Amino acid sequence: MSIIVGNETKLAVSGLTGREGSFHGLRNRAYGTDLVAGVTPGKGGQDVEGVPVFDTIKESVEEAGANTSMIFVPARFAAAAIDEAIDSGVETVIAITEGIPVLDMLATYWKAKEAGVRLIGPNCPGVLSPGKANVGIIPAQFFEPGSIGVVSKSGTLTYQIGNELKQAGAGNSSIVGIGGDPIVGSDFIDILTLYEADPETELIVMVGEIGGDAEERAAEFIASDISKPVVAYIAGFTAPPGKQMGHAGAIISGSSGTAQAKKDALEARGVRVGQSPTEAAAIAVEMLRAL
Amino acid sequence: MDLLEYQGKQLFAKHGIAVPGGEVAKTVDEAVAAAEKIGYPCAIKAQVLIGGRGKAGGIKIASDAAQAREYADAIIGMDIVGPHGEGPFRVDQVWIEGGSDIASEYYASVILDRGEKKLLAMVSAKGGMDIEAVAAEDPDALVKRHIDPTREFDVVAARAIVAEAGLAEDALDQAAEVLVKLAEVATNEDASLIEVNPLIVTSAREVVALDAKVTIDGNALFRHQDLAEIADTVDDPQEAMAKEKGLTYVKLDGNVGILANGAGLCMSTLDVVAQAGGAPANFLDAGGGSKAEAIVNALEVIVSDKKVSAILFNIFGGITRCDEIANGIVTASSQLGLELPLVVRLDGTNSEQGLEILAEADLPNLHQEKTMLDAARRVVELAGSA
Repeated sequence: MSIIVGNETKLAVSGLTGREGSFHGLRNRAYGTDLVAGVTPGKGGQDVEGVPVFDTIKESVEEAGANTSMIFVPARFAAAAIDEAIDSGVETVIAITEGIPVLDMLATYWKAKEAGVRLIGPNCPGVLSPGKANVGIIPAQFFEPGSIGVVSKSGTLTYQIGNELKQAGAGNSSIVGIGGDPIVGSDFIDILTLYEADPETELIVMVGEIGGDAEERAAEFIASDISKPVVAYIAGFTAPPGKQMGHAGAIISGSSGTAQAKKDALEARGVRVGQSPTEAAAIAVEMLRAL
Repeated sequence: MDLLEYQGKQLFAKHGIAVPGGEVAKTVDEAVAAAEKIGYPCAIKAQVLIGGRGKAGGIKIASDAAQAREYADAIIGMDIVGPHGEGPFRVDQVWIEGGSDIASEYYASVILDRGEKKLLAMVSAKGGMDIEAVAAEDPDALVKRHIDPTREFDVVAARAIVAEAGLAEDALDQAAEVLVKLAEVATNEDASLIEVNPLIVTSAREVVALDAKVTIDGNALFRHQDLAEIADTVDDPQEAMAKEKGLTYVKLDGNVGILANGAGLCMSTLDVVAQAGGAPANFLDAGGGSKAEAIVNALEVIVSDKKVSAILFNIFGGITRCDEIANGIVTASSQLGLELPLVVRLDGTNSEQGLEILAEADLPNLHQEKTMLDAARRVVELAGSA
């Protein structure tokens, strides 16, 4: 097994006719992902390297059997595209687009919740289940199949940790980028729940960063609901208060949401926190070997 | 993007929330002229993006022209440090407004609750002081209610909140209306934080917003032309330059220049440099898929900060190709005549080609390291003490 994406994934890419969408969509297909459709309003009937393009996501579901939608459309239209995906009948929506207004996401979040559709992102690198499927922009060459589940707010930081795990001979069941925006469709807790239930996952690596309280909430949840070992890494100890660091979510206001507060919350619940990505990977490998 | 107090008040006024009239001034003469026009007593308030201005001496009440001149002279150009050590923030403009006749001071805010994914309205009868302290010492004094995203937030719902907070009976209707309008500012102007402290009742029983702290979602500026213009005014020279070049740059206090790709990896790089005993000079995310030209731009911004004495490149290529980065480093070195030590760690996509390009260029000031931790230690050593 693996989580969210796998052998049963049938992918429709909204924005497949665009530069980024076609590059990554076709890269996902080359990895082995079953890319069944592209979606661009007004371009229905065309094809991108043999992949049929439809006007709507609903058509891609009805005519090509899509069950997963990836959103690659520009920020100002992205929330509408996610809304369309939620209504289309797919089970999972993975939104890569960055820069979506947070209030747009607020409405979209509740819409997905009500419809029972799993939303990952936005502003995330997607989900990779090594050896099975890659939906998004995660460079698959740094990850091997294995038993460590990774969930992360950050893209490149995840690649860094994945690469260190690979060099240490450890692989991954899945890698989930939940995104660094203030409002994301799935939080650490949602993904931890999936890993807990996934028989292939033996250990979980969680990568957080400053801003919000998702890590603190996850710490509570790990203590009460997760039986598998969890190793964490938190970025942003040197971030000055009140400054935004790239990710829209990575901002500290006052004293809450600091990296130290997150580390303390996790350690208080028995979660080991690495000082650097390298140390987090080393701890994960050491704990996995001891299992 | 945070708004200055006066910009926030202008936004409030646009939505029908009562605020004191006033004028902004950048020089002492302008400030005195504004005070003369507004009349006395008037408040002279430092316009900086940090709380605790009053305690720092950035807010004074002038009762005549001589005092207005004295206070404006003291406030314009002063440095204000925030209550959590933020800053210092240089005051380069003041807001002058008519003195208010205060009967009671309250607190009201509407903020985005990321955890609950809802807007949260907060009201307290204990205004005019540090609200975090109120929440810690007397949690019942701060009423917090989420705004149901599926229903309209109306005066009935708002009145229940302000009544529960214990505001004066005869001010409840007006306060409820203000709360509804604050929520309207949040939704219509894409504000993720709006705080009014204090929200006052005057002796004429009028409810007025005496302060305004507003954060606008930078991602939504495309639909707010007026606010987008404010965003274009960046004071720090390096930050302004970075903005012009489309780079995500935050200036810090140290002497180690940092360039990494991806916000998370960049934050992590700052952390490991600090752990190695160094002081980062900046945060600079070169972004995904950076091309050589972006690297030239980024280096130009980093070295324009004269405090920088060594630079660390920490690149893990995913979409970003290391050969592009290497070409950028070589091009920038010759274009900018770089002599500062450069520590480069390239890993990931096309790292071998990238390392070859660097080896061929044979730059005397370039040091290669294989891992992020080694690179951090090396750059700290080369940068020396700040």
